[in-house]
Amino acid sequence: MTSTAAPPLPVRRPRRQWRGWLFVAPFVLVFALTFLAPIAYAFGLSLFRDQAFFGGTTFVGAANYADVLADTKFWESFLRVLLFLAVQVPVMLLLALVAALAIDSARLHAAGFFRIVIFLPYAVPAVVAALMWGFIYGDHFGLAADLNHLLGRDIVKPLSDNWMLASIGNVVTWEFVGYNMLIFYSALKVIPKELFEAAAIDGAGAFRTITSIKLPALRGAIVIATIFSIIGSFQLFNEPNIMRTLAPNVIGTFYTPNMYAYNLSFGGQQYNYSATVAIVMGVITAVIAYAVQLRGARKGM
Amino acid sequence: MAAVSVTRPRRSRVLTTVMALYLLYTLVPLVWLVINATKTQAALFTSSGLSFGGPFALFDNIGQTFTYDNGIFLRWLGNTLLYVGVGAGGATILATAAGYGMAKYRFPGRKAVFAVVLGAVAVPGTALAVPTFLMFSKLGLTNTPLAIIIPSLISPFGLYLIWVYATDAIPDELMEAARIDGAGELRIFFTVTLRQLVPGVVTVALFTMVSTWNNYFLPLIMLSEPRWYPLTVGLNQWSAQASGAGAQPVFNLVLTGSLLTIIPLVVAFLLLQRFWQSGLSAGSVKQ
Repeated sequence: MTSTAAPPLPVRRPRRQWRGWLFVAPFVLVFALTFLAPIAYAFGLSLFRDQAFFGGTTFVGAANYADVLADTKFWESFLRVLLFLAVQVPVMLLLALVAALAIDSARLHAAGFFRIVIFLPYAVPAVVAALMWGFIYGDHFGLAADLNHLLGRDIVKPLSDNWMLASIGNVVTWEFVGYNMLIFYSALKVIPKELFEAAAIDGAGAFRTITSIKLPALRGAIVIATIFSIIGSFQLFNEPNIMRTLAPNVIGTFYTPNMYAYNLSFGGQQYNYSATVAIVMGVITAVIAYAVQLRGARKGM
Repeated sequence: MAAVSVTRPRRSRVLTTVMALYLLYTLVPLVWLVINATKTQAALFTSSGLSFGGPFALFDNIGQTFTYDNGIFLRWLGNTLLYVGVGAGGATILATAAGYGMAKYRFPGRKAVFAVVLGAVAVPGTALAVPTFLMFSKLGLTNTPLAIIIPSLISPFGLYLIWVYATDAIPDELMEAARIDGAGELRIFFTVTLRQLVPGVVTVALFTMVSTWNNYFLPLIMLSEPRWYPLTVGLNQWSAQASGAGAQPVFNLVLTGSLLTIIPLVVAFLLLQRFWQSGLSAGSVKQ
């Protein structure tokens, strides 16, 4: 198209090809420093181990990886976030989906108000959300205490061992339903209006329109939201780490894989092992995210 | 056209009620925070959570928050603004330039850049944090503002969003016309195409701002001196002060500080609604 507008200049052509780098190079340079270099550095670390008596480090090959894969603490924390993921992510995405469909349906009073308020928790830092909910959960001046007072018995114990994972799930859900709702809502907005008109002429009701037009149109957005949520769940750190101040006996040093890697580094100075844990988690996350993407793409065709 | 007005659905009270319940769930913690930021520390323990109690101490709490421990909160606020200004600002600039470059130019290595960035998005950010700390500590960067700013400069999501946005918003003909007029590529970017990207850029700025403002894990790892803390790490330190040996609980300051930390972001999102909502809609076209 453009070649008809501009006179052909074969000599300048090759120079122009490199011009894109002018814009992309700064990003790529910083990206290399902050993403690629740490990955390479961590991989290097994971191949070594501190010598107990002589100081210095020795090359141990894959021994750290073998240790991580046989580490019951690692698997316990991994299974915990897996359970978290299996329950929290579907609940959160379903809530977000229903909210997006409701706001998009034009059957809601004050839809714009709903949209902005439901999104608001996204602007609240995870630290503040966890502190806030942590206080609300607490026995001192929280709502849990009020509720128990009302019931006359200690029934609601969000900070106890059995409740803790669900309590954290509630905080994460509260924080991110709005964000996911917005992703879905944005995707709904760009569905061509003619599709709805055609459906209406064919006599399709609201539910039929949702299942036949809206949900298929949302597939890409759902895949992306699922991938982000899976990554987020595997990275779980902020909320449990802050709740730990409130319930140190319930949340240990290896409650999630990330807390394990953190505490290995900063509690135990076991940098090589910590780097190995981080890499193993990174690989698992990347593989699962990739699998979800492939599955989503295949369904799309 | 007439068909559209016929199919326009009636507003539903049932649906509005159900959604109002969800709205309540969203708002209760925030309302709780506002209410409890008005109480003195003593009144926090004697009044119930969702009602006012004791003297109205909001302004007193705000005053104390800013003066406690020689005004460290103000220092933390300044740090946060520095990290957000340079980190999120830089991230927006880098992502805008790179997204635009990826969308409007064909150059050798473009596919490789795409593949590497896409792959890196799947790597958990926090999995990178510990290795980044180890590397930065070798470079002597830990415990400096650079340790927070440098990792904040990269936003793969921002690059993706600008890329998608620029593909649609900037016609090739516009750039070709400017080239015929003899403008260089940089001049075209700054004088012709950048203004087309504004809603996308505002969206990226807002989202990188939120993630930098809310950053907790990275500063927690990188910084050991409270004078470099951002608000998030500082607030948690105040909260942790309530337990352990020599406990000095300052619950009222934690709550008031939390409230003050939220307000700027909420205001930014409300004021810039028009921009970021159109920016996101465009971003989802190609999903």
